[in-house]
Amino acid sequence: MDWNTIFSVTVESLINPTTIVYALAAIGLNVHFGYTGLLNFGQSAFLGVAAYGLAMSVATYGLPFFVGILVGLAGAVVLALLLGVPTLRLRADYLAIVTIAAAEIVRLLFRSVSLSKWTGGSDGLQRFSDDFYSRNPFTTGVNLWLFSFDRRELWVMVVGWTLVLIASLVVFLAMRSPWGRVIKAIREDEDAVRSLGKNVFSYKMQSLVLGGVLGSLGGFVFALSRAAVQPDTFGTEFTFYMYAIVILGGAARVLGPILGAALFWVLLNFINALLPAMISDGLIPRWVMDANQAGAVGYILVGAILILLLIFRPQGILGDKREVMLDAR
Amino acid sequence: MLTAFLGCLFVSLGLSATGASAAGQAVQGTLRNNGDPVAGVTIAVTAQDGTAIGSATSAADGKWSVPVPAGGTYKVDLDVSTLPDGLSVTNGRPSLTVTVFADNVRNVIFPLGPKGTSSGPPPDSGVSFWDRTLDLLYTGVHFGLTIALAALGLSLIFGTMGLTNFSHGELVTFGALMAFLFNWIVGLPLVLAAVVAVALGGLFGYLQDLVFWGWLRRRRTGIIGMMIISIGLALMLRYIYLFMFRGSTQQFREYVAQPGMDIGPLSIAPKNLIMDGVAILVLVAVSLALVLTRLGKATRAVATNPALAAASGINVDRIIRLVWTIGGALAALSGVMLGIFQGINYQMGFQMLLLVFAAVTLGGLGTAFGALIGSLVVGIATQLSTLWIPVELKNVGALAVLIIIILFRPQGILGRRERIG
Repeated sequence: MDWNTIFSVTVESLINPTTIVYALAAIGLNVHFGYTGLLNFGQSAFLGVAAYGLAMSVATYGLPFFVGILVGLAGAVVLALLLGVPTLRLRADYLAIVTIAAAEIVRLLFRSVSLSKWTGGSDGLQRFSDDFYSRNPFTTGVNLWLFSFDRRELWVMVVGWTLVLIASLVVFLAMRSPWGRVIKAIREDEDAVRSLGKNVFSYKMQSLVLGGVLGSLGGFVFALSRAAVQPDTFGTEFTFYMYAIVILGGAARVLGPILGAALFWVLLNFINALLPAMISDGLIPRWVMDANQAGAVGYILVGAILILLLIFRPQGILGDKREVMLDAR
Repeated sequence: MLTAFLGCLFVSLGLSATGASAAGQAVQGTLRNNGDPVAGVTIAVTAQDGTAIGSATSAADGKWSVPVPAGGTYKVDLDVSTLPDGLSVTNGRPSLTVTVFADNVRNVIFPLGPKGTSSGPPPDSGVSFWDRTLDLLYTGVHFGLTIALAALGLSLIFGTMGLTNFSHGELVTFGALMAFLFNWIVGLPLVLAAVVAVALGGLFGYLQDLVFWGWLRRRRTGIIGMMIISIGLALMLRYIYLFMFRGSTQQFREYVAQPGMDIGPLSIAPKNLIMDGVAILVLVAVSLALVLTRLGKATRAVATNPALAAASGINVDRIIRLVWTIGGALAALSGVMLGIFQGINYQMGFQMLLLVFAAVTLGGLGTAFGALIGSLVVGIATQLSTLWIPVELKNVGALAVLIIIILFRPQGILGRRERIG
């Protein structure tokens, strides 16, 4: 068995672009779920709208790269407003159902044949990332111990981790400001906040916009790292993964999503690299599973992790049990 | 865990080695003349906008299959000039317009027979708007009933224990998979296999509550926590199904290509009519039981106010277990019905789940009869919307309706007015 490759894949997942995408998405979700107590199950739509905003602006309409970024950000804000107006006054589970439905609507629209002139249908869009990569200051890749990244990945990672740092700093500063204290108070007791004369609806909306915009940064990194956007990558399972990450790392903690994302992908990629290798070496007999089935095992484990965490350690690794919003009705 | 039972069942019967499989979506069929296969007939498939998708020639066993790139509406033309001498399409419809669901195989039937035995109406220039509307209306009712079977259980579970159960779709898939298992591997006729599947679905629901949800209730797990747990459970079960069943869409052994009966302008396969009848009977029976029996009254009491119900001597835990059992059985029946209609796939229940949510929310979360009305509305609305919008976007319409309803009448059609939020 090629332990070198398996360990290299595993260790690279600590910092590779996928981890960055999920860290950014989870930082946004943490603002919603961890700090405000909003059950947003449509976070994938925020990433999708941002990614498609960028891709469509550049690939379909030939606009400059930075206009595309602005369009993507604006898309995330608009989506937050559209989602927030009907649902933020409702009970938590209604918000969950509506956001998951909205995310599916967004995905179905992206993959619809009748809009494929603009969105590329189920094939998605390519050729929008040249501007980004032409600014790449790296001339060669890096090959250090177990880490090997080519120059494109390096550039994505430098930009990505800078964004993660900025997003974390924003969350850190926002949550220790008076605004953040109101947000956390809303999570604990909405009516108490209302009785203090605060406009709860408006605060929730601001939180939805902030978290959506932070998550949309992940959408940009996602689109640029693959140099392509595809509608089906923004399905509901994308959001479920983010929940697993936020809860694993610890909700309502600044570093929770980053730790969660790194740990989650190290675990998942280790299993996804180990099982096929064990099967091809005959360590796992064929009647137990073959290489195709090994892919499903990772997902089964994600589900199991989510269940076990919520039952036995809802605060995750870094969180505080008293702060985790899981009992509201 | 609870899934171990299911796992053993799959493994011991070696599920992975059977079935007529097909990946992606396709239009297919078998040409037969009085039971004998008809070979060498060309069938062409074109998209709605007229672009040719592909064509196939029926093989020696009469089978033909044309893969299509995506779900949608396609025109399927049988080239009459390639039919053997003396044969014709007996219902006079060599050109059909069919809807193909993503990742599903659509069976198309051209009834063949000697010339001059035409039983259907003479060939006309195309399907009229009203025929199409009626056809969609029927499909809508059929699909609505399928949704209703799943929605009733979901709504009752929400009503009695407050759980928005995201893993309900996996109960639906469970039913279809069990029916498939007993149909193909054990070799039972589909009717018997369906009965077994429904029984096992009930057992699965019962065990889930006995082992898992009941335990969580005793641990006093919060409602939101349980909701996210149900998402984890759904993810886990779905990929256990994938692990055991693989990713392809399969068909039951019997009634796959059942020719339609002409009822007025409609051509409906009897299997669908029978399933409709069964679904209506079951739904009426459960509704009557809810209204008339003591247990039904107790169930509604728990749904209205669990604390008060407990105080008046109702065993809330037992009622919830009963609701899980019935919910599991109903969902399994829904899965069998869906499997007969569009094939069996490991994510069929998950794909339907959001429509079930839409139906339940539309009718009013927690109300049993609201769920029935909501389901029919969602089923008919999704189908009829394809008159105006592309087929692939029909679910967008249903989900958009859901959001609009929540905006203006969050308690749903039959829900009690109360402050929600």
